[in-house]
Amino acid sequence: MWNYTDKVKEHFFNPKNSGVLDDANAVGEVGSITCGDALKLMMKVDADTQLIREAKFQTFGCGSAIASSSALTEMIIGKTVDEALTLTNRDIAEYLGGLPPEKMHCSVMGAEALRAAIANYKGEAWEDDHEEGELVCKCFGVDAAMIERAVTVNGLTTLEEVTHYTKAGGSCQTCHEKIEEVLEEVLAKSGALKPAARHAPGTVGLDAIKPLAPKAEAPAAPKLTNVQRMQAIMTAIEEMRPQIRRDGGDVELVDIDGKDIYVRLSGACSGCSQSAGTMMGVQMKLVEALGEFVRVKPASLMTAGV
Amino acid sequence: MTKGIYLDNNATTRVDPEVLAEMLPLFTEQFGNPSSMHGFGAAVGGKIEWARKQVQALLGAAHDSEIVFTSGGTESDNTAILSALEAYPKKREIVTSVVEHPAVLSFCDHLEKKRGYTVHRIPVDRRGNLDMEAYRAALSERVAIVSIMWANNETGTIFPVEELAVLAKAAGAVFHTDAVQAVGKIPMTLADSAIDMLSLSGHKLHAPKGIGALYVKRGLRFRPLLRGGHQERSRRAGTENAPGIVGLGAAAQLALLHMGEENTRVRALRDTLERAILAAVPNCFVTGNPDNRLPNTCNIAFEYIEGEAILLLLNEQGIAASSGSACTSGSLEPSHVMRAMGVPYTAAHGATRFSLSRETTEEEIDRVIAVVPGIIEKLRSFSPYWQADAGRPKEFAPVYS
Repeated sequence: MWNYTDKVKEHFFNPKNSGVLDDANAVGEVGSITCGDALKLMMKVDADTQLIREAKFQTFGCGSAIASSSALTEMIIGKTVDEALTLTNRDIAEYLGGLPPEKMHCSVMGAEALRAAIANYKGEAWEDDHEEGELVCKCFGVDAAMIERAVTVNGLTTLEEVTHYTKAGGSCQTCHEKIEEVLEEVLAKSGALKPAARHAPGTVGLDAIKPLAPKAEAPAAPKLTNVQRMQAIMTAIEEMRPQIRRDGGDVELVDIDGKDIYVRLSGACSGCSQSAGTMMGVQMKLVEALGEFVRVKPASLMTAGV
Repeated sequence: MTKGIYLDNNATTRVDPEVLAEMLPLFTEQFGNPSSMHGFGAAVGGKIEWARKQVQALLGAAHDSEIVFTSGGTESDNTAILSALEAYPKKREIVTSVVEHPAVLSFCDHLEKKRGYTVHRIPVDRRGNLDMEAYRAALSERVAIVSIMWANNETGTIFPVEELAVLAKAAGAVFHTDAVQAVGKIPMTLADSAIDMLSLSGHKLHAPKGIGALYVKRGLRFRPLLRGGHQERSRRAGTENAPGIVGLGAAAQLALLHMGEENTRVRALRDTLERAILAAVPNCFVTGNPDNRLPNTCNIAFEYIEGEAILLLLNEQGIAASSGSACTSGSLEPSHVMRAMGVPYTAAHGATRFSLSRETTEEEIDRVIAVVPGIIEKLRSFSPYWQADAGRPKEFAPVYS
């Protein structure tokens, strides 16, 4: 369980301003269901004063995403659009008394939604802003501009920090190199710390997992009748007997109960330390002969009435 | 808050009071080192052998000497895989599934990246069933070990391990199964099976954490992971965790005793919970194979909301469950199991696992049934993907989607 502050919990359990604002004149939508976080921020801006009179949100996401959205609305109501534009994700996190590092991306989503909503109010195309910056992380739809803002505002210096704050690079990891390039650029501009060491590329393991595509039903194998099945079992066992007899033992079919085939080992096989191996050999032979899975069991395991 | 309702038993279970009672003397009166040549040690040694027999009985193993005590599931899994690779050094391939526990998957990743082994990860279908065609195709004389779980920890889906083992043996490979979730919940008779090795973990069956076992079939070529002293017949060096071992023995005994209950009463409770939630909540479904799974597990994917938020609201009501959602783990993607089954993102993030135990009561289930629909409704009421008044999903296409 994450160690959330009381303020985060308060905004999560009793979110302020959740729901739809019907006559909103500023709407910002960011995030995606793929990345597990999405936010729709709706605001009513007074055209004369530029004051944000009302703000509501709808959020798909974790506790801190919902809390960040709720906090954001509380923070911007009563501010002018320009005042609101000065808010950063760090302000949202601070308002909440802090967020776990892995959850800072929730506050970034809030700040991004605010920018999108204001762009929408001003009639600017937010998508253009998005396209200006190269889309770095395709899994989470994070562009270079967003990484740059997160790095600058929060003083980030490593790839891991960028992932915590923006989610970029948190999935297939193929964009790690690109993220580091953006990071290097920003740090070079600001003359700040050296960038993090390069992350080894590679997408083996969990990240390489792709869902199995649905496929057509395989044609069913011709089904044996009960009599054919019984004959196949008897024939397979008969074929094995000479070999077993050569070793001084024997095997006989006792009964067939669905997938359970009961046999009796005798002679040298009875009580032999290798009898489990012999049983296994019989099982494999039968599985092969029948084209289905069966269990070969000693007759001693037969329940009464079988 | 009322007394907590614990439905996260696939994560860990409460130590049974009877188990604890068996363990306590091992901390105080019977504290000897079982390797010591005096009475203090001998008393403990006897208890360990008693525990070994209990685990043997639970697994239906032919010999008590086939049980090697370890620190838990992860050590057992790692040991099994490494043992087979070292015992058959010319075989450079491993077969596993995409839905294994990280104790197997991450270790296989490591072996692939650092030691150059080829790993075949067998996919599953939408219900979590193993692709048998791909499995058969992956088997060859190059495969040293097949490691496939008996039952999945998230969905409870059971794999046909007996059949998988027979096929693996026919190809000349060692067969190991991570049965951490299955042991104690479904009957097993390893003596009659082709299974070479099996991992189990104590804390999943009301024993303490930090104790587990590896079943090693008699006659199997084995190489230890931990080398040092001659404990566990030189198959696992290190002074025995005697209290843990005795606890595991007692837990195994109880598990065998309660196996019937697990498969009847607990299963019925699980089904009641599941039916009620599915009936009361729109847009949710059971993940995995509902017809072939552990009796205690149900994993329901609630569409258009996120798992951590569900867990936080459940927790507020004193209910503990689990989520495969990204945000609970600190990673950013939904669980690899949901992804492997192709569960759409709209639902994978909201997958919630309720796992019962023999301690779960009818009253607890009734309480959960009463609480869940309201929680889902509340979260959906402010989800941008949900049209609250119409009670159905709506289109939402944000700029970063």
